[in-house]
Amino acid sequence: MPKHSTTSIASKFQNLKSHDQGALVAYLTGGDPKPKIFLNNVVALAEGGADIIEIGIPFSDPIADGPVIQSSSQRSLAHGTTPRIVLEECREISGIYPEIPLVILTYYNPVLAIGLDHFMRKARDSGVSGVVVPDLPVEESGDYRAAAFKNGVDTIFLTAPNTSETRLVKIIRNSTGFLYLVSLFGVTGPRDSLSELAVSSVKHVKNLSGRLPIAAGFGISRPEHVSALMKSGADGAIVGSALVRLVNENLGDPEETVEALKRKTMDLKAATRRNS
Amino acid sequence: MKDRGTKLGQRPVGKFGRFGGRYVPETLMEPLGQLEAAYHHYSHNLGFRKELRDLLAYYAGRPTPLYFASNLTRRLGGAKIYLKREDLLHGGAHKINNTLGQALLAKKMGKTRVIAETGAGQHGVATAMACAVLGLKAEVYMGSEDMERQRLNVYRMRMLGAKVHKVESGSKTLKDSINEALRDWVSNIDDTYYLIGSVVGPHPYPTMVRDFQCVIGREARRQVLTVEGRLPSAIVACVGGGSNAIGIFHPFLHDMEVELYGVEAAGKGIATGQHAASLVAGREGVLHGMYTYVLQDQNGQIETTDSISAGLDYSAVGPEHSHLMMTGRTKYAAVTDAEALDGFKLLSESEGIIPALEPSHAISYASKLVKRYGSKDSVIINLSGRGDKDVETVAKALDY
Repeated sequence: MPKHSTTSIASKFQNLKSHDQGALVAYLTGGDPKPKIFLNNVVALAEGGADIIEIGIPFSDPIADGPVIQSSSQRSLAHGTTPRIVLEECREISGIYPEIPLVILTYYNPVLAIGLDHFMRKARDSGVSGVVVPDLPVEESGDYRAAAFKNGVDTIFLTAPNTSETRLVKIIRNSTGFLYLVSLFGVTGPRDSLSELAVSSVKHVKNLSGRLPIAAGFGISRPEHVSALMKSGADGAIVGSALVRLVNENLGDPEETVEALKRKTMDLKAATRRNS
Repeated sequence: MKDRGTKLGQRPVGKFGRFGGRYVPETLMEPLGQLEAAYHHYSHNLGFRKELRDLLAYYAGRPTPLYFASNLTRRLGGAKIYLKREDLLHGGAHKINNTLGQALLAKKMGKTRVIAETGAGQHGVATAMACAVLGLKAEVYMGSEDMERQRLNVYRMRMLGAKVHKVESGSKTLKDSINEALRDWVSNIDDTYYLIGSVVGPHPYPTMVRDFQCVIGREARRQVLTVEGRLPSAIVACVGGGSNAIGIFHPFLHDMEVELYGVEAAGKGIATGQHAASLVAGREGVLHGMYTYVLQDQNGQIETTDSISAGLDYSAVGPEHSHLMMTGRTKYAAVTDAEALDGFKLLSESEGIIPALEPSHAISYASKLVKRYGSKDSVIINLSGRGDKDVETVAKALDY
């Protein structure tokens, strides 16, 4: 049984907890809309207070994603973004912000195409702390976990509202860094309100997860969603589409994108402070 | 002789060698487990089996004939050519074998809403029919490009009471329709059944769809033994996702003297890169929940495909075909658009049967293959569908 070692992700959660805060995990699609602009956008997340930054390696067929992230993936691919380019960007970011853990989100086929061991080694060398692969359930993940473990990369698995208890235990046992709780039935994308499922799922999972931190994602777009998650006992909130949407909406104005991302991140981050 | 083909409901396994599996978002793991259990239960249930048998016989029109194509045989010289006439089924293609089976299962599972993807529209039409007759609501995802190319099938689906969702994402073809159907399913798992149209997707679909399509091969095996008194030398079928091929191959898998040939779409030619030959020109990877041969670039991005036949226009292939290729039991080849059109003409003019463009690939390949055999041998071509849907495309291509 792999122990939940104190990786940079785990110690980040611990550190935040000791300051009575949850983690804000902020997502952007790598290389989108263009490499140079992307780096400025990530800087905006960091300056806005993101605790962990999640970067997508775009895939042509993102079945877990809604229209917002689909369009950013397509746009990024159209500009010629490759896994190599995204990992290179990670290396730059981790150089500027060594205290912010980086997480890669991608689908299984690009990882397989690079080769499991090679991918994990490159990720680690680029300063990446953990990987999320939404179409890789724990049952199919033996070789993947072995490669990640060997290279000291966290395997962040997902759990859904309908995951059975037997499987949930298995998922928790094989997760390192944190557990990614899918808070609703559906794909990624901003929703107006937080689903009731999100709150009840966090409470349920919390009973079984022990020391493994839980971060909830999918549909989390507003500060009040984040604070409700924190109240329910989540250790972190993952926000993706609500940020990517700001990129989508300001394609002609990169400076406005940076401003909007920074403002949004600050608002979301403020909601992770429990005593605020 | 004893029928050694796969029986409906033989205990399913999720992998074919290293292929297959279940690579899906976590939310789908539970519904797939429920589907597997329900399928296992009902495929052993005598009532279910009788209901399906009756639907196949009296609604769909089974058994279909094994027709001796004497003119074609004379014209080509070599083995006797038999056609398994799936084109005579209700709806005009083998697709109904699977949609009746799955729609009946959906109903037994208490689902009220059925979603499906379709490329050429044949599976969409077959889904709409099965849902109409069984009283289920049908919604079909179809790429906007395919809707344009196959307008008649869009009308048919609507007339049958199905709702057609236009898919504008990605390449706007079959693979994107599957993506959208999966996204829909993740969002509506309580009342919705996802009715996949080929031997693709996460376990249990490749096994379940194969079992429903094996009726083709079980009949063909019985029929050829009756008329010929011996097994055929070869069987030829086209392969997109591969459901008609696996359906006719599977009951012959243990008959090692029967050669099995799957024919993929070489489009404008393999060398041009504009084709849909996943087995012949792809690499191993994961798409739509399965580990299989996939057309992809060096970074693992899925490539778009090209074929005159919308039904073969798919970037991956059923995982069992990948396994059969690895073991060497089945051989796979690819045939270009131009060659498929030759096959189309050949059968239309020599037998008065207009085939769909998909099996025209098999006809084209078989027209060369039969010459390698003697006149006492026989070769079966799976005529998986009729060509009404393709007359416009062919008229344009051949300048009628």
